Amino acid sequence: MSHDTLSIQFALSRPGFSLDVSLDVPMRGVTGLFGASGAGKTTLLRCIAGLERPESGRLVVAGQTWQDDEAHVSRPVHARDIGYVFQEPRLFAHLDVRGNLQYGRQRSSANGRRLELDAVVELLGLQGLLDRQTAGLSGGEAQRVAIARALLRAPRLILMDEPLASLDAARKDEILPFLDRLHAELATPILYVSHNIDEVCRLCDHLVVIEGGRVVADGELQSVLVRMDVPSLSGEEAGSVIAGSVSGYDAEYDLTSIRFSGGEFRVPGHHAGTGSPLRLRIRASDISLCRGKPAQSTILNILSATIDEIEDAQGATRLLRLRVGEERMLARITRRSCDELELRQGDRVEAQIKAVAVRGF
Amino acid sequence: MNLGPLWLSVQLAAITMLLLLVICTPLSWWLARTASRMKPAAQAIVALPIVLPPTVMGFYLLILLGPSGAIGAWWVRLTGDALTFTFGGLVIASCLYSLPFAVQPLMNAFESVDKRNLEAAWTLGATRRDAFFSVALPQSTRGYFAAAVLSFAHTLGEFGVVLMVGGNIPGETRVISIAIYDQVESLNYAAAHQLSGVLLVLAFVMLLAMFVMNRRWQRQ
Repeated sequence: MSHDTLSIQFALSRPGFSLDVSLDVPMRGVTGLFGASGAGKTTLLRCIAGLERPESGRLVVAGQTWQDDEAHVSRPVHARDIGYVFQEPRLFAHLDVRGNLQYGRQRSSANGRRLELDAVVELLGLQGLLDRQTAGLSGGEAQRVAIARALLRAPRLILMDEPLASLDAARKDEILPFLDRLHAELATPILYVSHNIDEVCRLCDHLVVIEGGRVVADGELQSVLVRMDVPSLSGEEAGSVIAGSVSGYDAEYDLTSIRFSGGEFRVPGHHAGTGSPLRLRIRASDISLCRGKPAQSTILNILSATIDEIEDAQGATRLLRLRVGEERMLARITRRSCDELELRQGDRVEAQIKAVAVRGF
Repeated sequence: MNLGPLWLSVQLAAITMLLLLVICTPLSWWLARTASRMKPAAQAIVALPIVLPPTVMGFYLLILLGPSGAIGAWWVRLTGDALTFTFGGLVIASCLYSLPFAVQPLMNAFESVDKRNLEAAWTLGATRRDAFFSVALPQSTRGYFAAAVLSFAHTLGEFGVVLMVGGNIPGETRVISIAIYDQVESLNYAAAHQLSGVLLVLAFVMLLAMFVMNRRWQRQ
């Protein structure tokens, strides 16, 4: 049993729903559990926390068996070394912010690790909120306190159940930078449940796709995203993520250049300093293809690509997987264009990607 | 005015209240959380003292606590003293008599403790017991306040059960309600007025305090 793996096996059935999951996840970075509402993501997370009693289960965290129903081993919730961030903040109304933060920290001494309050307060920007009552916090502040409270337990594993789902867009944007920081600065692995593909693309390194209580795909984020056999990844929101590094900034036109193995991208706005890594999310429907380089185009990003695979679908559109350098991208074009250009697997094409459609994070 | 019976009543009510707060905590917690099929039966038993005539309760308790009764005989073997017609017997009788007045407010308070908060506490490393004391209890202070006031006031006002189980022994079982009855029986209306007046004011002040606090909490 590997020490850098989280090994999860749960089977559970409820009226109208069943969960049957067997999965190994790396004990590092952020792993996204992605799927539609009702797919069983939250139930799976609750099983891991011990909040749900499955019919059979086995959970091994970095070599430690937390649950093995065949051997009648099951740690109670409080003895599982987790930090759980729920959809709603669930702060304790009878304690102020400091009291809430101390709650988990005081109980973390059992595992021999204790985080400094100040460091976590700093990490989540909670200075100035410590003496406030929880009732007076905004939704975004309350959720940041909830995240800090879970971190201060000094857990082995952090479980986040759509921590942004109950917030409006402005509050989400307020919290996302803090989640980026967690990702960058924290060694503790995070399981991040979401039905929002943008969040997943921004935060996760590893992706597990759940449909109808079953795991339909799992692996490294970029390679899972470009799989064409996963329904929840090939619909409207189909797209890919490429990882590059910032190679420059054109102040006159306010454009940032990002270099990656397949060439260079330009996206609007100023993103990070030169040399910093940057992820780009490109939706399949924002890519168009042509044979040969167009002479004049308003499209800034034109990359040479090879067609890797063409979806065999009879609807109005088709999904194509392209290879650009070492990266893969998905493109969605009409079936008619596909036929008119006689696109075949292995063909070389030029992929045009509108700069304004690319999201960098 | 002889305030002995009043003082005895206050002692009885205070001891009963404290015992009830302790006893009713696990009972009310179970009632508030259980999905057991026994719950309605348990609730009915707890509520019996509200509807039973105090004489019926007193009669059964007299038999049960008497020197030849199940509990009484055991108590005699243990301590050498009887339970009937003693202050100890009154405490037991009062606890049963005022039980619903402590259980109901506590149960209401525990029912309004959000299960999701308890789950959060468990995931933060709290055992079930720890989560009860550090989350459920502090969020139920209103229930405890109401349970304390109601069980104290209700015990202060008991008459029938006390008369059946305790009789009328000065300094031991002659509580204020018995003393008033005594004075009226002997046509000593002035003394009856004084004691009744004290009880009336006391009861009003306690209930007023409870409702004032309720309103203040509701506004928060």
